Amino acid sequence: MALDQANLDYPMRRYGMDHDRYDWNMLTDQPPVQWPGGKPLAVWVNVSLQHFPMNPSAKIKLPGSMTMPHPDLRHYTLRDYGNRVGLYRFLDAFDRYGICPSFSINAELVQRYPALMDAVRARGDEVLGHSWSMDTPHHGGLDIEVERATVQRSLASLREASGQAVRGWLSPGKLQSANTPELLKAEGIEYFADWVNDELPYRFHTALGDVWNLPLATEIEDRFVVMDNLHSEASWAEQVVDAFELLLAEAREAGAGRLLTLSLHPWVMGQPHRIHHLEAVLAHIAASREVWQAAPGQILDAFTAQQVTA
Amino acid sequence: MSNAVTPKADTGHYDYWAYRNRPKIRWPNGARLAFWVAPNIEFYELNPPANPARAAWPHPAPAVPGYSIRDYGNRVGHMRQMKLLDKYGIRGSISLSTALCTHHPEIIEMCRERDWEFFSHGIYNTRYTYGMSEAQERAMIRESMEIIEKHTGRAPAGYLAPALSHSERTLDLFAELGGTYTCDLFHDDQPTPLRVAGGQRFVSVPYSLELNDTIAYVVNKIEPRRYGQMIKDCFDRLYTEGAESGTVMCIPTHNYQVSCPHRLKAFEEVLAYITDHSDVWVTTGREIAEHYLAHHHDEAVADIATKNGGR
Repeated sequence: MALDQANLDYPMRRYGMDHDRYDWNMLTDQPPVQWPGGKPLAVWVNVSLQHFPMNPSAKIKLPGSMTMPHPDLRHYTLRDYGNRVGLYRFLDAFDRYGICPSFSINAELVQRYPALMDAVRARGDEVLGHSWSMDTPHHGGLDIEVERATVQRSLASLREASGQAVRGWLSPGKLQSANTPELLKAEGIEYFADWVNDELPYRFHTALGDVWNLPLATEIEDRFVVMDNLHSEASWAEQVVDAFELLLAEAREAGAGRLLTLSLHPWVMGQPHRIHHLEAVLAHIAASREVWQAAPGQILDAFTAQQVTA
Repeated sequence: MSNAVTPKADTGHYDYWAYRNRPKIRWPNGARLAFWVAPNIEFYELNPPANPARAAWPHPAPAVPGYSIRDYGNRVGHMRQMKLLDKYGIRGSISLSTALCTHHPEIIEMCRERDWEFFSHGIYNTRYTYGMSEAQERAMIRESMEIIEKHTGRAPAGYLAPALSHSERTLDLFAELGGTYTCDLFHDDQPTPLRVAGGQRFVSVPYSLELNDTIAYVVNKIEPRRYGQMIKDCFDRLYTEGAESGTVMCIPTHNYQVSCPHRLKAFEEVLAYITDHSDVWVTTGREIAEHYLAHHHDEAVADIATKNGGR
């Protein structure tokens, strides 16, 4: 018995990464970034507005998708709860604490719930592409024309409904195919948030030129902590505050801006028994005078303005 | 004639040895407990060849979620953990994906400057031992050891199989190639002699699966503050028991787990707590193995033989 020799060959063992998508660079080797107003810590709060079809057909099921035999009324409606109820608790909390979030939106919601889109548009917050629905994962092996059509119709719909250019993108489940970066670049996307390997933006190479990856952390995301790890709501809030304080202290000490990213889902934290933990987190953020709380496009602009062009 | 191999029913590497009335282990300077931290510094490939027994990633390539958080460990997490270990005077004992010497030599250099230990954790953590022939596994282990010697100036003494993937021969081969200790067995809180095919003097140094941050956070889904409490409780108990005979405590870490900003505080608190005790030997895996081999190994072998009826 022996393994195929390919298992003992290492053709990509070389300096840097084992692929050509981005360069190897440690966070501490980046030139220090300064946020507007000299604030040490930038905070990006992103809300994902999602539609989970009751009749999913994609080959890969994303977290939160249907799990019961059809019709899975319990999960369909529990996710829909976020769009009907949870979101409005979020909006009140954002207003109370002066938070300017961004919204990554499944474009199918534009058609299904025009009133929801109106509520977002009225705020003027930044909108990010989030594909068509939670049943259109951009997974490896996906047919390129299918994926191109999904990207195009999602962005066209969202741009029209939001009145915004829509510069950013978050893939459902943060999955990408080998083609996703090029397809997004071709449609005018300037940054995506899918690769969680850094805490600051970095250049991501595509065949059509560079885009930016602005990582949206998964490990501290509400859904990941509460639904996957089954930690208590109180623990989630404690973890966010610990992350906030650690990054703030590190930024002060290093004299280099740091970024905390908070990924939220109204179907998770918008529940009545959870919302006050989110409010506690937002209150903690709002109480600090050392924070620049901003939209991802603003954060990226502040960052890129300080990059030396090669 | 069949090539079929019947799987062994136990490891065959050690005999039963009750955790009482053993010969006393005396650590340097009368320390009760030998404490070491083992950062796993790993490289996971974006698109590794498929191993027939185990898939590297849950998603079809490119497996962005799994790959990118592990890359975070090297890009962001490493510096955070290294700074913390510096602060508390701890030299890491690195469980190293040796391909990282080529991919990220900057990390190797920083650890070398700090006199950290490097031990072998295979070539990549996305290459599994399952299905390897004896010759293939021997060649893989030898290559990993040669890489460490070439890049750090010293051959490794320890082994932790890549992604904890083993064959029945793994420890025999590592001992044959000159290794002296393994982290792969979790049967004890003290070092123990191991029997290997070539008869070399070879020991198990307690690592820990229960305190391994990836096991705690990913498998057991433990909250960060509870992880800190578990480590503290573990220390308190082993420190108490170490008054009778020296114990070993290891915290195995991963830069993509423990160094996340929402987890580091709990880790720092336990490092501060542990290193605040004077009769703790803050050391490395190699130094524990060397001390044990020099002072306790032979006595332990004799004691085990006596208690097992002279076997």
